[in-house]
Amino acid sequence: MIALEKRPEPSSFWRWVAPIVAVALTMAAGGAMFAILGKDPTEAIRTIFWDPLFGPFAAHDRPQLLVKGGPLILIAIGLSLGFRAGVWNIGAEGQYILGAICGAAVALAFYPLDSWVVFPLSALAGGLGGWAWAMIPAILRTKFNTNEILVSLLLVYAAEQLLASASLGFLRNPDGAGFPGSRNLSRYDAAANREILEGSGIHWGVSAAFLAVPAAHALMTRHRVGFHIRVSGESPRAARFAGVDPNRLTIFCLGVSGALAGLAGFFEVAGPAGQISIDFNAGYGFTAIIVAFLGRLNPVGITLAGLLLALTYIGGEAAQATMGLPAAAIQAFQGMLLFFLLGVDVLTKYRIRPARRARA
Amino acid sequence: MKITRRALAASALALGSACGAFAAGHEPVTVGFIYVGPIGDGGWTYEHDKGRLAVEEHFGDGVRTLYQESVPEGADSERAMTQMIRQGADIIFTTSFGYMDPTINVAARFPDVKFEHATGYKRAPNVSTYSARFYEARAVLGHIAGELTESNKIGYIASFPIPEVIRGINSAYIHAKKANPDVELSVVWVYTWFDPAKEADAAKALIDQGADVLLQHTDSTAPQAAAEAAGDVYTFGQASDMPEYAPKPRVSSIIDDWAPYYIERVQAVIDGTWESTDTWDGIAPGMVRIGEISDAVPADVKAEALSLKNRLASGEYHAFTGPLNRQDGSVWLAEGETADDGTLLGMDFYVEGIVGDIPN
Amino acid sequence: MTFAGIDPLILLASLMVASTPILLAALGELVVERSGVLNLGVEGMMIVGAISGLATAVETGSPWLGLGAAALAGAALALVFGFLTQTLLSNQVATGLALTLFGLGLAALMGQGYIGVKPPPLPWPDLSGIPVLGRLLDQFDAVVLISLALLAAVAVFLKRGRAGLVLRAVGENHDAAHGLGYRVVPIRMAAIAFGGACAGLGGAHLSLVRVPQWTEGMTAGAGWIALAIVVFAGWRPWGVLLGAYLFGGTTVLQLNLQAAGVAIPVEYLSMSPYLITILVLVIMSAGRGRTAIGAPASLGRIFHASR
Repeated sequence: MIALEKRPEPSSFWRWVAPIVAVALTMAAGGAMFAILGKDPTEAIRTIFWDPLFGPFAAHDRPQLLVKGGPLILIAIGLSLGFRAGVWNIGAEGQYILGAICGAAVALAFYPLDSWVVFPLSALAGGLGGWAWAMIPAILRTKFNTNEILVSLLLVYAAEQLLASASLGFLRNPDGAGFPGSRNLSRYDAAANREILEGSGIHWGVSAAFLAVPAAHALMTRHRVGFHIRVSGESPRAARFAGVDPNRLTIFCLGVSGALAGLAGFFEVAGPAGQISIDFNAGYGFTAIIVAFLGRLNPVGITLAGLLLALTYIGGEAAQATMGLPAAAIQAFQGMLLFFLLGVDVLTKYRIRPARRARA
Repeated sequence: MKITRRALAASALALGSACGAFAAGHEPVTVGFIYVGPIGDGGWTYEHDKGRLAVEEHFGDGVRTLYQESVPEGADSERAMTQMIRQGADIIFTTSFGYMDPTINVAARFPDVKFEHATGYKRAPNVSTYSARFYEARAVLGHIAGELTESNKIGYIASFPIPEVIRGINSAYIHAKKANPDVELSVVWVYTWFDPAKEADAAKALIDQGADVLLQHTDSTAPQAAAEAAGDVYTFGQASDMPEYAPKPRVSSIIDDWAPYYIERVQAVIDGTWESTDTWDGIAPGMVRIGEISDAVPADVKAEALSLKNRLASGEYHAFTGPLNRQDGSVWLAEGETADDGTLLGMDFYVEGIVGDIPN
Repeated sequence: MTFAGIDPLILLASLMVASTPILLAALGELVVERSGVLNLGVEGMMIVGAISGLATAVETGSPWLGLGAAALAGAALALVFGFLTQTLLSNQVATGLALTLFGLGLAALMGQGYIGVKPPPLPWPDLSGIPVLGRLLDQFDAVVLISLALLAAVAVFLKRGRAGLVLRAVGENHDAAHGLGYRVVPIRMAAIAFGGACAGLGGAHLSLVRVPQWTEGMTAGAGWIALAIVVFAGWRPWGVLLGAYLFGGTTVLQLNLQAAGVAIPVEYLSMSPYLITILVLVIMSAGRGRTAIGAPASLGRIFHASR
């Protein structure tokens, strides 16, 4: 038998090597799965991991990595603050939806006004929408001590119903012949979330994500709030001695994560998605939770994790189209990748030793 | 960065001119399909994929098909289409309403690739639209339902209040009422496209409320199972034939059959005769089929239903023929007048006699 | 006796059947969480149970073997989670989410040959002859009874048995339990496997009884509701029953009201199960002290026996 021995300090060697080992293991296990499905494993792995970055069409795929990874990173950054403080917002998907609805509602209220104020006002509304949706669990938590995991999660389903009513009712495109779905915001110049540099994939949401990374880093390392977050997560009792007000911290963490998720929702609806529709949400809010943990709740780690996951999405789609791999195989493959990343991570904090018998 | 986009467009042009070569029979024509759900949904996407397989079977080595499942609307679908164009796609079928704007966007970038968008209304020189007049089949089913019901109460499981669904409800009701003037229609909105468990609950609720015939606009067999368990309740297969529940409770079905259309359009690409068209086909060309009417239906009812079907197919009779009033009693169609497609496409009202409001 | 045309006894039967998958899954998760482990992969285990149960029932012709296979498959998938979180000490929230993703993919792969296949029916005697209760019992199926029996067993186990006490001790303070000589990791692995088996059984109720057929993604979020119900229940078995029936009941009631032609704002009532669950939760958690919410104190924390 083997046993784990805690390292005094997390190993900086394994911190970098563990993810590489995990990806290698995933390639082996995933390759075996693809072989069982009767597909060439080397070609599948190359299509997923290599082609989007360096293949013949990489010039088109690389910007897409940012389009796909941007919202994941933006949401995950917000969530990571709460997760480090022990505030569990599992409902970012709902806040993302509300951000999209509120942002789109404000933008469409101005339609067809052509003014520079429309875009910033709509973005603000998006952030506020996500923030307000997150305030429900925050207030219930602080006033009534209601579990925020549950409330934030249940509100996702309520948000999905609101999304359906919005696209069938109050936001429905009046020129859309009765079909569900709002006007296309990406065709309304004053509200559209455009690429800042054409062809780069960097739209306003991606740049917001890139701004959020150093901001979160500075907050966690330089600011008093960051200290409060860290101490609360490590020891709630010590936090009270340090003068942390847990209620204010809960409201802060949920508020920030809600606002960032809401912003991501608005940027998505005004750009890549274009319109509010019944199935507008594509699971970014849930995937961002995984991204936050894969990135070890660290802003830089989150950036890398978000891009890695985006890579498996883009590459996975390519593998479907070119090799006829079923979508389910890609999903299972992503699940494996996460398992290995999470499993191998044990080596950063622990050393493997042969077990001594005396231990129970 | 602009260069890369132009380079991509140029490569698309190259692909486009290569198309001409394909037409001459040198290489197989490549056909792409974008699916909104998994093939395993057993309903909407499943039937489109059957169409794809029919194309493969019909043309043999003359075609190569590509597909991608569960593609979210918005940026993801644009990427999926681009991906297929890189693989040499000559024609792409985008099989859900939500792909409308993305299809138009991608089509503008690749003028030499042909696009076929299902259930939408925006066209371009290289974008056709196609949809099926499911309401014709629902007229036949409505007639059978009106004849079969003993309790004079027909249950209708509806998904979302959009014109497509409302059209089906109206058509079924009008013809049930003609067959049986005492008939009442009870509509349950489940607000989901896909949740077999909820469909089962809805079916049970309708049966508990005295409905002895169920119509459904959702794709799972859960209502069939509920009807079988309840005993004397009739149902109709939806999207696919659902023969495993014949001869009872499933007494007939409404089948989406995209194969003839897909084969015809791919043939047009091969022949070089493809043009942008707007197709809204019904029973006549076989895009909508009535599944076998089982022996649980009395022979005279079956004969009437088949005659109705034939009259719809020949164009002798239109499913919406006056005199018809709106729910509020105002005149919609005068004696002998038939509905125009514009009104039907945007239908947002019940006809006279249906109780309850359309939610929005 | 009816209200607005709705027979309360029939409504009760409908909601009990409708709630069974979430009841089973929530019951399993309750035991897992009482042992101090948070497994968010319920949805993944349910759907793998659904396809394993259906495939086995179709291949062997026996729905009972199908139920057994569903439980085994759920447990097997849960043990993957157990290995990662208990042996390799990975984060439970992230691992659970990964389990859901993996389970959905795996189930879809397994189900490719079973689309549109009808499983053999689970036998159920005709009980409509029994006075009064007959109408209720006639609507049931074997899994409903299994779920109720399991619920009672879990309630007794947690409250009375020594083993239940040990499980709770592990969940409340794993370091102290370890100090007392209890083997924290094996106990938790057993709880995790039980949770997976229950979730798998819940999934099989959908694919073998309720729907019954295989369609991709057929659990449609039931696993997440089960998780919510555990918290709602305050980690007590009978609370799970209440929560599952309240949730299922709200859904069934709103559908029945629609079917009965009562004018209700449908688009908002579709949210009502979620909002009512939140409301009841607020009422239940208000007025309690900070520490008395009922959550196991070690929930979600990583255990490592360093000494």
